[in-house]
Parts: sequence; structure tokens; C-alpha cells
Amino acid sequence: MTALLETRGLTARYGDFQALFGVDLVLDEGETIAIIGSNGAGKTTLMRSIAGVLTNPVDSIRFEDRAIGGRPADEIMAMGIAMVPEGRKLFPSLSVEENLQIGAYGRQTGGYWSLETVYELFPVLKERRNNPGTALSGGQQQMVAIGRALMSNPRVLLCDEISLGLAPVIIKDIYKAVPKIRASGASMIVVEQDIGQAMAVADRVYCMMEGRITLSGRPSDLSREAIHNAYFGAAA
Amino acid sequence: MIWVDTIIQGILLGGLYALFAAGLSLVFGIMRLVNLAHGDLIVLGAYLILLLVTLTGLSPFVAAAVAMPFMFALGYGLQKFMLNRVLGDDILPPLLVTFGLSVVLQNALLEGFSADSQRIQSGPLSSASVEIAGLNLGVMPLLTFASALVVIIGLNQLFYRTSLGRAFRATSDDPTTASLMGIKPAGIFAKATGIAMIIVTIAALYLGMRSNFDPSIGPARLIYAFEAVIIGGLGSLWGTLAGGVIIGVAQTVGAAINPEWQILAGHMAFLVVLLLRPRGLFPRAVD
Repeated sequence: MTALLETRGLTARYGDFQALFGVDLVLDEGETIAIIGSNGAGKTTLMRSIAGVLTNPVDSIRFEDRAIGGRPADEIMAMGIAMVPEGRKLFPSLSVEENLQIGAYGRQTGGYWSLETVYELFPVLKERRNNPGTALSGGQQQMVAIGRALMSNPRVLLCDEISLGLAPVIIKDIYKAVPKIRASGASMIVVEQDIGQAMAVADRVYCMMEGRITLSGRPSDLSREAIHNAYFGAAA
Repeated sequence: MIWVDTIIQGILLGGLYALFAAGLSLVFGIMRLVNLAHGDLIVLGAYLILLLVTLTGLSPFVAAAVAMPFMFALGYGLQKFMLNRVLGDDILPPLLVTFGLSVVLQNALLEGFSADSQRIQSGPLSSASVEIAGLNLGVMPLLTFASALVVIIGLNQLFYRTSLGRAFRATSDDPTTASLMGIKPAGIFAKATGIAMIIVTIAALYLGMRSNFDPSIGPARLIYAFEAVIIGGLGSLWGTLAGGVIIGVAQTVGAAINPEWQILAGHMAFLVVLLLRPRGLFPRAVD
């Protein structure tokens, strides 16, 4: 069976600075994987590369067995890879509902997710539908960002640091949505700094350090020590 | 009564300036691009309408409708093949390119149509008037103002009621995140400039019917348009209408005091607003 999404020897650089060194990653249909690692490990760069915000060699990223590297972000989104960007990035000129609606701008395939089902997933958003997106609390803004990405009924949902800067109780609320998102048929890549949260939701975990994957496997197969070493580097 | 009349004439004149400015405001609001060739594009539109009227004998209004798709295509192509290449963090390249475009347009029009001043003939309409509440109002100024209202209302509907409008606003906020929504910013910019050129065609119609024009008058129209946009607050469409009206009223009031003061009074009003409200009357909350 071929993977739904795959990166092969993916490298990325910002000018002279190389951020990724040959990343190999596989996401199977229906799977949720987590990418953990400290700040600057290259997690966000990896997400931005897959989403097409950064350009890469054609063959370094494959989706549904097609080489999609180097395609622009709007085309990648139309194929069915949606991203919840780091920092939420709601559009300040748009209301909550308009932020959700624009999530389906480039891909209107129909499917489980619509305004109604997103409001079912996050009922609080329905109450605040006419507010500007930026008038909401951080947790609610994150819900809008997730709902916005779901509106396109993506095959793959990329979630970049969705718990960043949120209180633990709110993080829990947001992660409650993950099983429902999986049940709708989307495969997910979740970038997390919170190792416990990542282990709880993911089928497999990749650990990154300094632009390389240092460890991967099922959460149950990974020892605390192995993760610690892969996350911070082997203790001297 | 003479003052009421003066002010109403000024408001109606403001409609013309709002028409000059609306396209500029639209483009600036979406992509922070100041198009220095805007006035010359209006003059180009006026020559296109004149050409259609002369060659086919169409009414100027029908000719303007015929010209619209061509002007849309011109704007779309201009943005896609030229202006998109210079848009970026640096605001200087687009200014230089549109300044160059302005020079090229003026000289091309001079070559093609000579320096003779022209007018789009609109028949009896040009001198028709109606009496409303004891005031004699010209049909042409009324039509101009009504067109400006329709343009501003239409643009607002487009911006706040349609999917394309949402994409305009989202791209204006953050082009990178917009691309994650499947929006191609370059394509959105091209459509916006295309739509701006449709408004330019409407402005050109009234410019050409109301007064004489020749290839060199574009920059002066740009100044009025620019002042209207700044007075209103950058990126605000209703503000642009208000800005046009303020310049129009200042000009007619100035002219009523002393005919030599007409143009000067408009510019003075602009300076006064800029002094009191440097960000304009209705600045966008988000910038």
C-alpha cells in the first residue's frame, strides 16, 4: 500500500540557513501522526514545506502517489491538504463566520464538514459568528482556525502548534475535537511541543531535532528515555 | 439660497471626484499599490469611449458599456504581467513602474490622438436641468453623483456580500495565509485591478462628457483622486465618497467667493483635513 502523504529526503532552507536535512516522513490513510521537538527543530518548516508555502524539489513530497513538491500553496490546498497555521492567523477583516467560509474558497468538494457541522464541533463559535475573528479569546480563535481548515473537507489536516499559548483546560477542549475530525475521514499531522498530548492522540510519533528526524515509532514502543534523547540530544 | 445652491453643486461635483478616486481606493485597499497612472488610465478610457462613439455612432453610455470588458482585460493584464512583478515589501518599485506607465500612456495618446482637446458629445443631456425644491440642478451632475453612489454601494456589496469580496479582504490582510485557503493572491490582485478599470471607464465617461480633455490632463485627475482617497482614509470606500464631496464643496464654495480660488480651495481643504486627521476621516481599523 502506498502512503497518502510522503516526504523523501526533504530539505529546506531560508537563504543560507538550512532548516531541514533530508526528512523522510510517511502518513497513511486514516492515520494521525504527531511531530514533536523543541523550538527551532524544523517542525513548522516541515509543515510549511508540505503546505507549499516554501518551495521544494518536485520529488521530495508525494501526495496520493503524485509528486507535489514545488506546487504553490493554493494548488496544494485544492488537492486536499489544509493547514491550521502556527499562531492561528485569522483574517482580522473577516467575521468568525467569514473566516470559516473562506476556508472552502479553493476547494468545494462537499463532504462532512460545513458551517453547520463546524458549529456542532465548536458550539461557542456559533454564538460569536458575527464577531470579528480577532475579538475572540485565544482558544476560540484556535477553534476558528481549525474549523476554517476543515471547511475544505481536507484529506490531510496539518495542525501546527494548536496548543501554543493556551491554558491546559482549553487545550483539552480543543483536543476533544480530534477524534471527531478523524472520524470524518481526515488524516492528520499534528505538530506539538507537549509530548504527553502528542502521545495521547497520535498513532505514530516523529521526533525532530535540528532539522532531522531523530526518532519515530508508535507511542507504546517509545521509552521515555529514548524520547528525551531524541528531543534534547543524547545526554553527555 | 445661493449658498445652499453652491453647496449642493459642490456635493454633486464631489461625485465626479469620487468616481475618479474609487478605483484608486479599491486597488490601494487590497494591495497597498498606489497607481500613479490612474489619471492617465481615465483619460485613456475617455479616448476609447470617444473612438467608439465616433466610429459607431453609439450613445456614450452604450459605448462605455462596450468599453468596460476591454478596460477590465487591460487592468487584468497590466496587473498580471507587470504590476504583480514589482509588488513586494518595498513600495518604491510599483511607484516607479506606474509613473513610467503614466509617461508612456500620455505620449502614446499624444501620438495617437494629437494634443487637440476633445469632448464626448452627449447631445441635449449636457445642458438639461431639472428643478428640485426651487433649485435648478443639472442632469449631468445628478447622473454623475448617482453613478458614484451606485459604484460605492456596488463595491461595498462586492466586498462584504460575496465570496470574491471575502477573498479580497483576506488577501489584503495576509496573502500567505490566504494562499493556504486556496486563494491565488496574484489572481486576486489581477481581478481587483480589472474591476478598478471598470470604474475607471465610468469615471472616463463623465470626464469626457462634462469637460474637454486632452492627453496631458491625467495627472491633475490623479491629484483629485488621491486627495479624495486620503481625506476619506486609505482603503475606506465610503470615506472616498466623503473625500470627493469635501473637495467638491470646497471648490464650489471657493469659486463662489472668488472664481480664482476654485482649485486652490480644494487643495486647502485637503491640507486642513490632513492637518487635523492625518489618517483621514474613516481610517480602517486594521492596517
